[in-house]
This record gives sequence, structure tokens and C-alpha cells, in this order.
Amino acid sequence: MTLTTSFERPLVVTKRMVDYPNDSHTLERYRATGGYEGARKALGMTRDELVELVKESGLLGRGGAAFSAGMKWSLLAPARPAYLIVNGDESEPGTFKDRQLIERDPHQIIEGTIIAAWANEVNHAFIYIRGEYAKPARRLQAAIDEAYAAGILGDDVLGTGYRLDITVHLGAGAYICGEETALINSLEGRRGEPRLKPPYFPAAIGLYGQPTIVNNIETVSNLPHILVNGVDWYKGLGHPEDTGTFMISLSGHVNRPGNYELPHGITWRQLFEEVGGGIRNGNELKMWIPGGASAPWFTPEEHLDLEITKGAAAGAGSMLGSGAVIVMDETTCVVRAAERVVRFFAHESCGECTPCREGTSWLEMILRRIEAGQGRPIDADLLLDVSDNINIGLTFPPRQTTICPLGPSATSPIMSIMNYYKDEVLQHIELGRCPFS
Amino acid sequence: MSDWSEATLERARQIIARYPEKRSAVMPLLYLAMAEEGWLTDHAIEQVAELLDLTPAQVQSVASFYTMYKREPVGRYLISVCTSISCMLCGSDDVLHAIEDEADLPAGETDDDGLLTVEHVECLGACGGAPVVQVNYELIEGVTPEKARELVRWLRNATPAVVNTDEMQELFGGRRSFDWAIPTEDGAVGPYPAFQPYGTVGQDRRS
Repeated sequence: MTLTTSFERPLVVTKRMVDYPNDSHTLERYRATGGYEGARKALGMTRDELVELVKESGLLGRGGAAFSAGMKWSLLAPARPAYLIVNGDESEPGTFKDRQLIERDPHQIIEGTIIAAWANEVNHAFIYIRGEYAKPARRLQAAIDEAYAAGILGDDVLGTGYRLDITVHLGAGAYICGEETALINSLEGRRGEPRLKPPYFPAAIGLYGQPTIVNNIETVSNLPHILVNGVDWYKGLGHPEDTGTFMISLSGHVNRPGNYELPHGITWRQLFEEVGGGIRNGNELKMWIPGGASAPWFTPEEHLDLEITKGAAAGAGSMLGSGAVIVMDETTCVVRAAERVVRFFAHESCGECTPCREGTSWLEMILRRIEAGQGRPIDADLLLDVSDNINIGLTFPPRQTTICPLGPSATSPIMSIMNYYKDEVLQHIELGRCPFS
Repeated sequence: MSDWSEATLERARQIIARYPEKRSAVMPLLYLAMAEEGWLTDHAIEQVAELLDLTPAQVQSVASFYTMYKREPVGRYLISVCTSISCMLCGSDDVLHAIEDEADLPAGETDDDGLLTVEHVECLGACGGAPVVQVNYELIEGVTPEKARELVRWLRNATPAVVNTDEMQELFGGRRSFDWAIPTEDGAVGPYPAFQPYGTVGQDRRS
């Protein structure tokens, strides 16, 4: 991750693992590099002071929805006990930042969890990790065990008399459990189906019907640094609207895929050339997914010099989402690529809402037959018609016909290929085969 | 009354005690049941139900929701090949075909000896190291079709008691999403995640 870039690259949540690659996960190293000082400071503050501080910092949730973390905390209902769930169920294709944060700096997550738990008057926090992350879960549990032994967790957190337990809960292979109300159902021992809204926020009614805060792994990883270095420092790192740094998971056809912590506001061109090391084999860039499988795609003709900020992405009809950037070069068949993304949503649909359950499977089937050279002349229009029944008006963000955004998200790749590469889709149907095979 | 070993029952009680409400323990107990019985037999579902004061149907409703709970016999080594978009762009379909061919098994099937199960799965969260494969949820990044064949032969010939991500990455992996640094000890002894509270870490079983 040592890079030479034309822009400054302040590191926050990945600094320790870059500076100390061999032992960034140990308590010893964590303490030697200022670890748990943020929690110490937080434990000397009141809930109101902490909520205000995090609000002021501008920290936005890093799980994809980009909701103000401080605002979310402020919505906590008065009933007790309250619960905190740290969401490490990252499963969206292209996203792998949480895995690195868990494996390489688990104490940073524990410290962030202590801060968030104290701020929300929580005595039992859960860290929900996807079941496929066995090694990250082992590493995190080992760090939690270390923290208990050192008096950092348990009945007397850092000698303050505050009691906090952390339980690691493993998922079992369901993307939908990243949606916070589905996650809560899952943690309660039920099917991971999203709950009907309202209430819109589990902060009112969440786990076991109690007030519950759900924060992403990367979000809580930022907290210790905000506590130690202050709000002004944090705001100074980013863009006026997008404070702090953010992690991008870069994958696909670039020479240097990986997780990169970046300042908001660089351009996509800088990301691909300076960070990603260019497109593989010197090929031409064809398109990219700017923010996870749910995001509408970008093309070099229109978007290469756009700044990477949430506002700019939204202005161009897409989003930065969870920070997953998937790059496709000129050798990529758009039908095949869209089929893979749609197949994911069809597979992960929980089946609760009809437009999603039926629509995503139909989209997958139609794309599959087009790719196999068996597409019918009406199929291009049919893709849009089915999509329009899941996402009425084909807008982004989608107008929801469903309890959660999963189904409508499956229309993003359809809109993208029909918007930018309709000729290529039609070519499949006319030729009766994939022009790339 | 349960016929699970006292050690497993004790582990189950510890897990249940960890949660404010008993029912929350259903997911970890389903993993424990897989560790005890190899896959989720009807008997395993009933055992979990009994431990949690639920009906078997309530436990089955959870088990059937998640892909990692196997309601049919599964091989000693579960080989999961990611074929989601980032892996597909980097050649995962060739890796899957190589594994299917070498194991002589189509994806979704288990061989007659109960040794290998091959499946293709959605994103495993290691897209920077695409294409990726897991054996019993232990990850290998940067896998080529040739290395994938070697992996199948190794599982078949060496039949390792414990599979560990760091060891397999060394033997069969290539480019990683990020530097893994210090290896973790232990690994999986069956087709469920190796995670200590569930009693599924290799060393635990060997001692």
C-alpha cells in the first residue's frame, strides 16, 4: 500500500497497519501507538457531548447509506437496555474493506465499539460478521479476549466502573443481513428478512424491541481518531461535504487492486492511474461500477474526470455506496457482467416481496438467454419493462416497491447497459451469440 | 434428552448464556450441530430446538434461510468457488470448471466417498485477490485453474485433518487483496467456519 501519488494521502484507519505491518493486530502495538486513548477520553464525556462531537465531525456511516453517525445516535429512544450492533456483514460484490480492518486492526474496532457503546448507554454490544470470514472472526475474538484480560472490556472498562461486553456473532451466508433490520432479525434467531418500516430506525425499536444502534465496522474504526485528534482535524482531512478519509475497495481489471484509504475529492482518473496502476495489459477502460453492485455504472466518456465525492456521484445518477469500485476493460461483455450482478441479487433476495423475488429471477433469466445467443428481439425492451416493475420510473435512487432496497438495486446494471451499451445488447440478439466469445 | 457429548452440550450452554434471549443462540448452535453431526440432520434440528425451547419448525425456518447451513450431507471438504462479478472478470469461471473437472463433480454435488463437495458461491469479500476459493471457509486468493486442480488433488491425497487459510494460500494462492501479515493458528475440521466459541477450531479437536 506504499504509493506515490500527486495528491496527499492522509491515513487514519489504515495508518497503523501500514506503519506496523507485522503486528498491527496486537494489543501491545495498539497501546504503543496511542490505542485506547480515544476511549479513555470518551469515557470522561457525557452522552450528549459525544453525540454532538460526532455530529460536528461530519462522520457519515460507511456501510453504504452515508447517514450521519451522530444524527443516528441522537435518535436513540430513552428505553433501556439499549444495544449496539457493529455491522461487519460486508457481502456486496466488490467490497472487502471490513475484512482488512478486522484482520489487521481489530483493537481499533473494539475501541470504536467502546466509544459508540458508552455514547449510547449500551452494556452489551454485538459485532456481526459474515460467516465466511472465519479467519477475521478468529482474529477479532483473539483481540477481544486480550481486551478482557487487560481490563479493557468486562465489568470495569479501563478502570471507570463502566460495564461492557462484546459478543461476536457469525452470519451464515445471507447478504440481506447487512440491512440493519434484517440483521436484527438474524441476531434474534429468526430468518434474516428486513422489517417493515416504520419505524425507520432501530434506534426507536430494534433488537428485542429495545433501542438499537447499528454502525458499520469502518464507521466505528474512525471514532478513536476523532476523539483523540478532534473535530477540526477530522474535517480538515476531507472535502467540505465529505469529511475524513474513506476506504475504496478496488477490484477488476486494474493492475493494483486492493483496499485504499483515500481523501474525498480526487478524480476517477487519478484513482485508476495513480492508485490502481492503470488498466491491465494496457487495455482501454470500458466502464466501472463506482459504489458496489447496487450502483449505476460510469463510463470514461462521461465520468473519468469527475471528483470522487458522494455529491458528484449522486449528481451523475449513481453513488459511492460502500466504496466498492469494480473496473471493466474493453474485453468485457456488458451482458455477461450485468448477468453476474443481477444473479447476485436474485440469489440473495430473501423472497419477502414479490417484485424482488420474481423480478430479479426474471432479469437473470433474460440476461442469461441473451448471453447464450437465444435472446428474442423483444428481450431488450422486456429487461426494461421488468425493471420498471421493480423500480417504477427507472430512477436512481430507485423508487421502492419493496421493504428494502435489494430488489430495486438489481435494476442498476440493466439501466446502465441499456443506457450506454444498448447496441451491444442488441448485437447479441441479432448475431445469436455473444460477440466476445 | 440429548445424545450429544457432554462437551458439546456444555459449549451450547455457554453460547446460550452469552445472549440476552435464548433464541439468539440458534445460529451458533446450528454451527455447533454441524460440527457434531457433519450436516444438519433432522436429529440435529431437533436437538437445537430442544436446547432453545423452540419447535423444530422454528429452527428449520432459520436453517433453510442461510446458505451455510447444509440440510443435506456435505463432504469433509467443502470447496466454494466465488463466481461473482469481480472474480468472474478475473477468470473465476475457468477456476470453477477446473475444480469440477478435477473433482469429477458438477457444482452443487458431493462425491460418493463424502470427501468433496463443490459449490459456486456469491461474493466472498476478497475481490482484490480475485479469483478466490474457500475450503471449509478457509480462504485462498489469486487461484489459477492449474493451482485449483492441485488443490483438489492435495485434498484428495493428503486428506489434511485441519485446513488453514494461511497454509493453503502459501500452497495454492497468488495475489492477495492485502498483506495478511501474521498467520492465525488452527483452521477448519469440517464444512463450517472455524471459530472458537463454536468449538470448531482444529486445535480444540486435536487436544
